Amino acid sequence: MKKYDKLVVNAIGRTVPTVINGEPAVPFMGVGKHRPNGVKYAPPIPTCIDYPDDGNKTLASLSEALKKCGLKDGMTISTHHHLRDGDLVSNTIFDIAHEMGVKDLVWFPSASFPCNEPLIKYLEDGTINRIEGSMNGPLGKFTSKGGMKGCAVLRSHGGRVQAIQDGEVHVDIAVIAAPVADPFGNANALSGKSACGILGYSLADYMYADKVIVVTDNLIPFPCMPMQVQGNYVDYVVVVDHIGIPEKIVSGTTEVTKSPDRLLLAEWTARFCDEAGLLHEGCSMQSGAGGTSLAVGVYLDQILKSRGEKARFAFGGSTKYMVQMLEGGTLDYILDAQAFDLEAVRSARENDRHIDLSVFQAYNFHSKGNYTSMTDIMILGATEIDVNFNGNVVTHSDGLLLHGIGGWQNCLHAKTVIVPIPLFRDRIPVLVDQVTTVCGPGEMIDVIVTERGIAINPLRTDLIEKMKNSSLPIKTIQQLKAEAEAICGVPEKVEFEDEIVAVIKWVDGTIIDSVRKVK
Amino acid sequence: MEQTKTVTIGNKGKGVRSDCQISLELLNSGGITIELVSKVNALYGKSIRKGVEEILEFFEIKNAKVVIDDSGALPFVVAARLEAAVKKLIKTDKEFLFPFLGQNNYQTEKDKNRISRLYLPGNTPSLMINAGIHHPDGIILDLEDAVAPDKKFEAGFLVRNALRNLDFYGAERMVRINQVPQGLKDLDFIVPHNVNLLLIPKCESAEQIHLVNKRIDEIKATCKITGNIWLMPIIESALGVIKAYEVATAAENVVALAIGLEDYTADLGVRRTAEATESFFARSMVVNACKAAGIQAIDSVFSDVADMDGLKQNVLRSKALGFDGMGCIHPRQIKVLHDNFAPDDVEIAKAKKIVNAFMEAKEKGLGVVSLGTKMIDAPVVKRAQKTINLAISTGKISKNWREEDNEKI
Repeated sequence: MKKYDKLVVNAIGRTVPTVINGEPAVPFMGVGKHRPNGVKYAPPIPTCIDYPDDGNKTLASLSEALKKCGLKDGMTISTHHHLRDGDLVSNTIFDIAHEMGVKDLVWFPSASFPCNEPLIKYLEDGTINRIEGSMNGPLGKFTSKGGMKGCAVLRSHGGRVQAIQDGEVHVDIAVIAAPVADPFGNANALSGKSACGILGYSLADYMYADKVIVVTDNLIPFPCMPMQVQGNYVDYVVVVDHIGIPEKIVSGTTEVTKSPDRLLLAEWTARFCDEAGLLHEGCSMQSGAGGTSLAVGVYLDQILKSRGEKARFAFGGSTKYMVQMLEGGTLDYILDAQAFDLEAVRSARENDRHIDLSVFQAYNFHSKGNYTSMTDIMILGATEIDVNFNGNVVTHSDGLLLHGIGGWQNCLHAKTVIVPIPLFRDRIPVLVDQVTTVCGPGEMIDVIVTERGIAINPLRTDLIEKMKNSSLPIKTIQQLKAEAEAICGVPEKVEFEDEIVAVIKWVDGTIIDSVRKVK
Repeated sequence: MEQTKTVTIGNKGKGVRSDCQISLELLNSGGITIELVSKVNALYGKSIRKGVEEILEFFEIKNAKVVIDDSGALPFVVAARLEAAVKKLIKTDKEFLFPFLGQNNYQTEKDKNRISRLYLPGNTPSLMINAGIHHPDGIILDLEDAVAPDKKFEAGFLVRNALRNLDFYGAERMVRINQVPQGLKDLDFIVPHNVNLLLIPKCESAEQIHLVNKRIDEIKATCKITGNIWLMPIIESALGVIKAYEVATAAENVVALAIGLEDYTADLGVRRTAEATESFFARSMVVNACKAAGIQAIDSVFSDVADMDGLKQNVLRSKALGFDGMGCIHPRQIKVLHDNFAPDDVEIAKAKKIVNAFMEAKEKGLGVVSLGTKMIDAPVVKRAQKTINLAISTGKISKNWREEDNEKI
């Protein structure tokens, strides 16, 4: 089977395959142009009489569970990434598969981490054919160098759910690592030594997979409440010593950046939100857990507090800073798909205004509306932005695939998307003529905040009008790029091999760009 | 007779950014070979190689091996490192200079605001690149205490190139030279490249100032440059404190005295405390000498960069003693300095009343200024005008405050 075939140029001018790993694929047609029809995919019908009357679904080992699930060549195995870099379960699945001599598996994680580096040997020996998910660190590098047998497919968090629901990805076995579970398979992430707070990214996997295994290191008697994972979807429960390394699952504490340059970005971003009228009583926001985003949150909080105003909701990933807003009276609700630090885990456990949220509500293309498009202020990062405001989050300027998409594409649907980024990082340009990989179309990115000025997308005439008398340094994106080039020099054009090693899916399942092998 | 010679310049390794390490080996044959390891190889590899070849050709080096470990150094940094390496090995008066950056071509006024001046180590490029965007009143490239003795040689080239090619974004362009007489040699790297102000460490006599000015004049004459170079001597010893007035009045181009409390307290043999009672005399003495000489008094740096509240208290004490500004060692300190050296609302309101009374008296042709039943002396008006000027330049009030206040009424 060819990795990919039949190249075409899509609506954003990128050359992409229309056959990927033997399956037909639709090229990107423009934002909001693709509408699949038919009915949603459905998993096979189970029957409760096939399950133990006493509700005890425990098995002695993960190996036994995988065998009972019928693990065989070519299957798709899904996992969630809530244990982050402390995950001890994902790699074990493939150790077992390797021992069984199973080949050509597809790993469908919601994200990978540097801890998954040992899987490279299984990608090399054919145990795993490819990864379809978000790729980070060493796996991304391995993929960029052409090491993967199949063509990697990168999807956003929402894109995973879309792909599951419209049948593009058929999950054979979902393995759900759970910090606490009962023998029936009800589970959550709120307590136990591996507590990670929330399991928001596992919902579609366990609802739609043929077989579901819950793996826990903290089995408690029925009932395990609340049911973040509902046991009636679960086939088997396995107890292991450790599902993760606690200090690598959640950071003890996330911290705002100490870099003066990044603090300046954060301060300007907050001032921009304020001056453009985006920050007001009842507004809503999302910012990530990176040092700069956290600092933006802190400044937004200060402005709200100084005016006695309150935001209505903020999306997670949650951190202690968001919890401070929730508890300090400047925020009504946290709607949360993942918790980043121990304070966030505590809040998720204790505070009934800290809500466990699945990707269905916020990000999914096949939901009847998304919370994300209702959000006023969205703070995002990027590895590159180009003069047409297109954004890249997966590759570096030298072409290496080093990050996953996460929820980034989905978040672009918010009312105002602001990207605080340095103009260059150690001479590596961030603002470029054309992004190495298009992950998000420029029409959805509204404002770029750099340490040398702020550029507003010409499409946002309303923001340009509001900011015309601002004391902030508002410039055009071309001016900013010229400043970067005056300092760093005009970068040389990076050359790639022709071979495509990965494709980037847009939120609707179409192919927005291809990633080529690095030389 | 002929022998191979190798030298290594610059920095590499964990935590090093925007810099490079260059090893240069002069050979007798074989032409130029360049080994480049760089995180920006895909984007700038060709231009780095080309730049290196150009510089070697400029210095007429035909056979050499160059090994570069680059962590994203900008072209002026690579050039400084390579030139330093070349000059360790061969004797030449030639200097490899990129064209002078147009936006750096400005002069400063003798009495301009010098509330904040940001110290940058003279051999650490990563801290220089974004310094200007934080808008301190002055940026100091430090050749003295912030550069290790074995790095002083290469720092000279880096500071020279930074003066030419690093955008200062309008900040006063300052260099702290080494202690005189060693520091006189630094001047060759600095004076020809539009430096606005020199800080002279450990000053104890007018003679040191005269030596510096003599050398400045010689270089200016040779390079045919005009334009002012201001001096800010730093008082850092018991003797310096006693001689403060002599130093302050040593020359017309002395615009301020700064005090350095680390060295001063060491000289006294006491511990430097947060309350700073041990340096009360010295600080008062320096302020008094400056005011007597009609120049600015600048306080020592506050070294705990995490303690913004402590910094604020320190600034308020400093302002109360009569200082006009302070040194910074971190960009986040700048705003605290500007906010707290700036006049507060009460001071501004009072100054506005006095200046208004003065303007009204002038408009009416009255010789005597009075506010209510009180007569106001000329020095009081002058101080009020100074407060207003500072309030304008720190953004506390508008330049057109009189018109705007009248409109409100």
